Amino acid sequence: MSFLKVNHLEKHFGPTRVLEDINFELEKGQVLVIIGSSGSGKTTLLRCLNFLETANQGSFSVGDEILFDAEQTYTDKQIREKRLKFGLVFQSFNLFPQYTVRQNITLAPKLMLKEKQLTAEQRKESLAQIEQKADELLESVGLKDRQDFYPCQLSGGQQQRVAIARALAMSPEILCFDEPTSALDPELTGEVLRVIQSLKGGDRTMIVVTHEMGFARDVADRVIFMADGVIEEEGTPDEVFGNPKSEKTRAFLAGVH
Amino acid sequence: MTFQQVTLSLAEGFLENCRLFLETLLFSIPLGLIISFGSMSKFKPLSFLVKIFVWCIRGTPLMLQLFVVFYVPGLLFDTPMRDRMLAALIAFVINYACYFSEIFRGGIESISKGQYEAGQVLGLTKTQIFFKIILLQVVKRIMPPMSNEIITLVKDTSLARVIAVGEILLAAERFAGKGLIWPLFYTGAYFLIFCGLLTILFGYLEKKLSYFKS
Repeated sequence: MSFLKVNHLEKHFGPTRVLEDINFELEKGQVLVIIGSSGSGKTTLLRCLNFLETANQGSFSVGDEILFDAEQTYTDKQIREKRLKFGLVFQSFNLFPQYTVRQNITLAPKLMLKEKQLTAEQRKESLAQIEQKADELLESVGLKDRQDFYPCQLSGGQQQRVAIARALAMSPEILCFDEPTSALDPELTGEVLRVIQSLKGGDRTMIVVTHEMGFARDVADRVIFMADGVIEEEGTPDEVFGNPKSEKTRAFLAGVH
Repeated sequence: MTFQQVTLSLAEGFLENCRLFLETLLFSIPLGLIISFGSMSKFKPLSFLVKIFVWCIRGTPLMLQLFVVFYVPGLLFDTPMRDRMLAALIAFVINYACYFSEIFRGGIESISKGQYEAGQVLGLTKTQIFFKIILLQVVKRIMPPMSNEIITLVKDTSLARVIAVGEILLAAERFAGKGLIWPLFYTGAYFLIFCGLLTILFGYLEKKLSYFKS
């Protein structure tokens, strides 16, 4: 039984079709890498899953729950709850500049806590949990010693690692990365890719849009190649990279190598 | 007429300028924020109406607006404005709220979409995103144009003289009427000192907010 199921997802901006009949499935704990040239719809697909765009057709579900169905309309409140199944790491980091590294990570969990009806005791306990989780996350992205720095005092690679920790703080079921290293200098991409690689394993399901082919091949359990808004080819890394069936995939891989 | 008497009499007038200044700020900043939301509204008729209103207020002299607020209620509705200070305050608040609203709009629109989206994917509400993420960044960005506008307001308060609010220039003119001309120039010192203090205050605030870049 697949964990994430995407069925017939379509998105158009005016007359431009950006996504056409997107279907795929992903098991829990798997890493899906989406590759393809710019404008092929990869980012739009991630944005649809994170409810930053509303798909015009189709549906997707996580576990047994249908999260999105284009036939239905959802209230802001429903969308807020649904989108927490997913986390998203942006190409341009989008850290909150006025908060320290640690505050960036704990802001959303703390605001979430405020809305809950809890006794003072429970609240204190939850706050302690949030701080403890922040400690663990800072440790895992190797930025414990930078926790009181502001984003402008960090390198791009460090900022992106904070952004990853911030997304993980909300414990998403599926963590998405939208070209996480495209805005970085080449010498800084390694540290971010290593962090992403280290997150793999256990129950952590991830979808990574990237142009780093070596990394894609290493980290992926499944690979999707997209071209012109459709899934052109899908398979294991060995199938897609080693023995591509589609002419377009071959041309793309020849181009980037 | 001694120097001391003149100083005291002008200070009394300047107190009115200060009162008008502070009360205008107090009301025009929140009103400006509301107007800026109106002009950014996705509901087109509303944003259109708000923009027309802002155009009228920014496109006509503040002095004219003072006359309108002071005289029109009496002329059209037979309820003359008795409180000159209140009339001045109403005109100033509306006028400055419109200028502020454009500064706020510019500041809010300059914040990257990514900041909103980062808040959204973390499950924050629109209100939380605005108050916890966007607002302070906007405040930092609009600091220079706001200090400009606020310093202009200090000097504009003397325009209230045209509806005979007892402010500093009116006080100085009384002396001029008695053949004493120097108090008129002396008023400049009050404005200079007040604006100097404001400049120091804004410099301090800008420095306070310099711990982050946005």
